[in-house]
Amino acid sequence: MLTCRDFLNELSDYLDETVDKEVLAKLEHHITECPNCWVIADTTRKTIRIYKGMDPHPLPSDVESRLMQALEKKIAAGKSRQTT
Amino acid sequence: MMVTVAMSVSSQAGVDESTLVAQSRQGDTVAFGELVRRYEAKIFRLAQHVTQNREDAEDVLQETFMKAYEHLDQFQGNSKFYTWIVRIAVNQALMKLRRRKTDKSVSLDETIDTGEDTIVREIAAWDEDPEQRFSREELGGILDTAVESLEPPYRSVFVLRDIEELSTEETADALGLSIPAVKSRLLRARLQLREKLTRYFKRKGDDAFAYM
Repeated sequence: MLTCRDFLNELSDYLDETVDKEVLAKLEHHITECPNCWVIADTTRKTIRIYKGMDPHPLPSDVESRLMQALEKKIAAGKSRQTT
Repeated sequence: MMVTVAMSVSSQAGVDESTLVAQSRQGDTVAFGELVRRYEAKIFRLAQHVTQNREDAEDVLQETFMKAYEHLDQFQGNSKFYTWIVRIAVNQALMKLRRRKTDKSVSLDETIDTGEDTIVREIAAWDEDPEQRFSREELGGILDTAVESLEPPYRSVFVLRDIEELSTEETADALGLSIPAVKSRLLRARLQLREKLTRYFKRKGDDAFAYM
């Protein structure tokens, strides 16, 4: 018999769908009988989904121009080393 | 000598990654510029999450792409270019953290209490798409604040696994952790974030256990 603690310990693998069939059946059976674990699984799944859906902000233009300057300097230094 | 990394609109936007890597190795700076453009925002976000400091994050961003350029010949091609630069960025970011010796809270090597701190305090159902209640900007603020409040060992694992979408193995590799350590930290990070977000996302007018 699976306890809520057992369920929580398997939660990440359950949400990542990396548990084997036998364990999966036990976990799914548990959440049909335990509303608390069902809510925890559902809200944790949504937590992961919301974070995965976030695109990064575009790089601020000042940060990007300094990055490009740094890279151009680096590349130029590499090239002048090769030619000498 | 003036070299242009060509960050203006590039004709290579649709070119696949392995071709760009091969061209960059031949010294094609326009191709390398396209690789930079594809991943710069993600690397900057990752660096900000790990270092929690914008100036450090900018250093990490620059160092990552400079190192990538310098060591392109060492890139094996059996992993994705993105995974490879993430590993460089994580190393650079961790070095920054370690240098900040005055701040003891930033060590990733600290022993983590293996006690049962996966306690769940609040259980309340959320709407199907609770994030729709907030503007994109508000949502970004809520999510960033929640991640920032995690302890560094949990935060790094969460950022790599669930934000940058690396595999468990890649995360373990990038952070120098065992797979079980990644898994247990990830579980705790997810549960802690779930708890923090419940404050914003729980179904309105719905008490905990109301569905029982």
